[in-house]
Amino acid sequence: MAGSSIMETLFQRTLEDLIKGMRLQLIGESAFISKAMEEIRREIKSTDLHTKSIALQKLTYLNSLHAADMSWAAFHAVECMSSSRFAEKRVGYVAASQSFNESTPVLLLITNQLRKDLTSVNEYEASLALECLAKIGTVDLARDLTPEIFTLLSSSKVFVRKKSIGVTMRLFEKYPDAVRVCFKRLVENLESSDPQSLSATVGVFCELAAKDPPSYLPLAPEFYRILVDSKNNWVLIKVLKIFAKLAPLEPRLAKKVVEPICEHMRRTGAKSLMFECVRTVVGSLSEYESAVKLAVAKIREFLLEDDPNLKYLGLHALSIVPPKHLWAVLENKEVVIKSLSDEDANIKLESLGLVMAMVSESSIVEISRVLVNYALKSDPEFCNEILGSLLSTCSRNFYEIVVDFDWYVSLLGEMSRTPHCQKGEEIESQLIDVGMRVRDARPELVRVARSLLIDPALLGNPFLHRVLSAAAWVSGEYVEFSLNPFELAEALIQPRASLLPNSIRAVYLQSVLKILVFSVNSYLSQTETLADLEPGVQASQMENSEASDLASVRAPIESEHDEAFNPGVLDRPSADISVEDIGTVADGDGQTSKFVSFRKNGFTRESIVNLLNLVEVAMRPLSGSLEVEILERACNILGLIEVLKREMPAQFQSEMVLEKEELEVLELIKLMDDAFSEELGPVSTSAQDRVPIPDGLVLKDNLADLDEIMGDVKLPSSNSFSLESPYYAERMDPASSNVQSKEDSEASNESTSLLAEHRKRHGLYYLPSEGNGTISNDYPPANDLKSGETTNQDDPEDFVRLTAQSLVSKKKPNYAKPRPVVVKLDEGELVLAVPKKQDSRDDLLSGAVRDILLGDDAVKLSSSIKGKEKVNMDPLDSKENMHDMEHSRHRKSSSRRSKQRPHRKERGQTSPEKLGMEKEEHGGKVKSKSSHRHGRQKSRQKAEGSSDVIVQTPVIPDFLL
Amino acid sequence: MIKAVMVMNTQGKPRLAKFYDYQPVEKQQELIRSVFAALSSRAENVSNFVEADAIFGLDSRLVYKHYATLYFVFVFDSSENELAMLDLIQVFVETLDKCFKNVCELDIVFNYGKMQTILDEIIFGGQVLETSSAEVMKVVEEILKLEAASNAITLVPKTVSSWRGR
Repeated sequence: MAGSSIMETLFQRTLEDLIKGMRLQLIGESAFISKAMEEIRREIKSTDLHTKSIALQKLTYLNSLHAADMSWAAFHAVECMSSSRFAEKRVGYVAASQSFNESTPVLLLITNQLRKDLTSVNEYEASLALECLAKIGTVDLARDLTPEIFTLLSSSKVFVRKKSIGVTMRLFEKYPDAVRVCFKRLVENLESSDPQSLSATVGVFCELAAKDPPSYLPLAPEFYRILVDSKNNWVLIKVLKIFAKLAPLEPRLAKKVVEPICEHMRRTGAKSLMFECVRTVVGSLSEYESAVKLAVAKIREFLLEDDPNLKYLGLHALSIVPPKHLWAVLENKEVVIKSLSDEDANIKLESLGLVMAMVSESSIVEISRVLVNYALKSDPEFCNEILGSLLSTCSRNFYEIVVDFDWYVSLLGEMSRTPHCQKGEEIESQLIDVGMRVRDARPELVRVARSLLIDPALLGNPFLHRVLSAAAWVSGEYVEFSLNPFELAEALIQPRASLLPNSIRAVYLQSVLKILVFSVNSYLSQTETLADLEPGVQASQMENSEASDLASVRAPIESEHDEAFNPGVLDRPSADISVEDIGTVADGDGQTSKFVSFRKNGFTRESIVNLLNLVEVAMRPLSGSLEVEILERACNILGLIEVLKREMPAQFQSEMVLEKEELEVLELIKLMDDAFSEELGPVSTSAQDRVPIPDGLVLKDNLADLDEIMGDVKLPSSNSFSLESPYYAERMDPASSNVQSKEDSEASNESTSLLAEHRKRHGLYYLPSEGNGTISNDYPPANDLKSGETTNQDDPEDFVRLTAQSLVSKKKPNYAKPRPVVVKLDEGELVLAVPKKQDSRDDLLSGAVRDILLGDDAVKLSSSIKGKEKVNMDPLDSKENMHDMEHSRHRKSSSRRSKQRPHRKERGQTSPEKLGMEKEEHGGKVKSKSSHRHGRQKSRQKAEGSSDVIVQTPVIPDFLL
Repeated sequence: MIKAVMVMNTQGKPRLAKFYDYQPVEKQQELIRSVFAALSSRAENVSNFVEADAIFGLDSRLVYKHYATLYFVFVFDSSENELAMLDLIQVFVETLDKCFKNVCELDIVFNYGKMQTILDEIIFGGQVLETSSAEVMKVVEEILKLEAASNAITLVPKTVSSWRGR
């Protein structure tokens, strides 16, 4: 054993050898690495720490750059850490900080080693431990080592002190109670004369303030002093970042800092500092006109630079200028628009954002035209960026800036024809959304849908399938606006539609059904009325009947023909398809004129019969489809056609005598048409909330015993759940889902009985048994169009007024018609700002910081001692037996914390001397409550509100303001 | 804070990778690959910033500098200033340059440990602690001296003496 370890020691390859070997290897990198790993695994078991450490060093290297696993070597790292030799210790520490994480089991073993090294006289050993702690510090480590860090925070060695300052970040994050121990020392370092410690401290506060700004308001005087005094750009940048967070919370603070910041902006030569000043001003101090003017002038300097970095940052700064200073963007309009064609993607993107910010009602048409043309020429990625931002800008706040919806709908059509367009999904949802919300846009929408549907080339582009799906839906839903329903039907059943995915094919078929029903219904109701009015028409219809005979003769031939080749659709050469397509389309076009001429007196018998035949021919092969959605819909259509065909000839021949059967058909068709022409409206996102909970339904009951139930019956329950996947739930109206579930229950008797048994046992989780149909009837209609419309009656006038005031008034198109009504559902549809959930640890941290700072102020105020001396007031700082003190404090801290709040409150109420104190306590509480509940943003908003500002003010000592 | 520092060559081979939040190795490799993909698609003479939200999660930016065959990449969040980070890369490279006298990729390949020591002096747990390359050099030399001193004692390995003792 001993002998082998000598051999290992003497012939061990060092890291350098390994690297050299890897460059010279001939066996392939991965083979070399696995060989090296074998070697390492052998060497690392050595009892000699030197051998072990070198093996570990190699492993660390391979782990970092070649993804070798090193989790297995955790214990070896611990062993090396405990070595007395610096080189070996260092290897151990580096390995640990690189590979340890919360779940590393040996973490428990290193606490003492870290403590020992933190207190080492050798500053480099202490530094190793600090680095390791900063990287892998866990809750336990942070708790156990807080006292050592506290000591190091006032170390005389800058090298160690600055690193211990850096480590407090991790300490506070993991163990908020450390704030109570270390915070004052940290604040002391803000006054440190040593630039490195200062820089580190400011850096830590910058991170802390970013997480929870209000807690650090009391430190504003310290930061202000640094802002004015410091000459170090790094420190100034960090302080500016802090003020960017604090200024919005406290208007008086903003007023105070705006001048020094402008001063830095004027004076500094460092671009980084200047940029930070600019960003702070436009982001957080935008109500100070003169400062914003100065900042915009500086931005302009950036924009005119040749350096792409500065140009990019300049544009970026412009983009954070709030909307009320839109003049800043408009002033630089030329640069911005020129940047659209920059070679740098960053610059292009930023300028696109700015162009979109300049858009208004009057300029949207112009800008969209330019951008869509631009998208045609640019690379696919940027093209989609352009389309995406156009779509999102135009749809913002219910199409706020769109006045002419006919234009917008055709723009949507144009966008989807852009060669690189990948925004199918977005365009799909907007086409449907506009259809549902804007009644006046429907005729144009159908026209656009038609032009998309009849173009067989579009079917080949998978990105457009979603758009086509929307077009198909629109053409079916709003078929009454179509000039030529037959043409639409033909487009929907064209052979190339087989290129569509099944789900979209199903939408196509549904639309065919709607068009069919609509056409037949119009025809029937029209003949009904015509029959009463004009006997002459009947004659012409008689003539036509001959033609229809012809057609019906042709039909079987066609269908035979079709069946003969249709199964082979996929195998047919594409040329064949396209020829046929052209044929179909030409056919359609040829018919167009005919149909249009017929349009006046509506649908002729011939055309209806043609349509029926055509659809029947197309549906036949689909009735054998493997996809159930398609199969079912095709069969529905075929069934309907069959009924119609059986009944129709009777009607045509028996001149104007409507018999009982025909009446039935008429009724059937009318019923279906009514069902389809029921208008669909947008559904509010909060619709679900408005559904009243039926009596006897317990929603918030404890479901602890659900596991047991699920354990009982596994298969059937999972089956019934899968049927109600969200996909189906969304697409099916209640009626059809009822049908489905009924069928299902009939189909599987076995599962029904199981289910019944289950229901008997656990009735609690079921709805009342005869429920479904009746309950769904009780729900208020989700899409209550009327209420939505009435709320928006005065919209057009509003928009006309807005247009008149709009900012960019270079070319104002004269709108002949007022903006159509856009259906909005009241407050419910506003996008709810998702409350940001704050980490409970963050909460603890800010609570602790507030306790310290407010407590600090309280001490200061009540004993009326000047601000500067406050730190020395702290009992902790008294030099004698500091260690014991902090230990006891630390031990008590958890129990203290629970006491702290009531204690504070009590003090606030009883404190006789200051009314302000009470306010402050109150303010603190309100603030913390709100931030707990709604996260940062909300609390900032709240702070901006006047009432809270008053409440907060005592937090800022008066000597600043 | 700074989320990660990477040095890689123009073929995408990592020469240094340091992540200040713990990342499993597979994830590290994936991140390196996606950063390289993002960088290699960029032309020369364009801006040095890349929005890295897609790679590193929300609020991430990336700044890189291209020297000869190497990319130096810093990933950071909104608590850092973009131009300051660019300067910091400069500090890092300057220090390497001082250390190796005209640094080239091979120096970095063979002196992995030294490069890491230098970086650790500049960035500590994601925070910038030192921006003067002279100061960094001083500390790094001190550390190397200490290492050498502790290694010198092991010229006669402990195992040998224990073997003799038996």
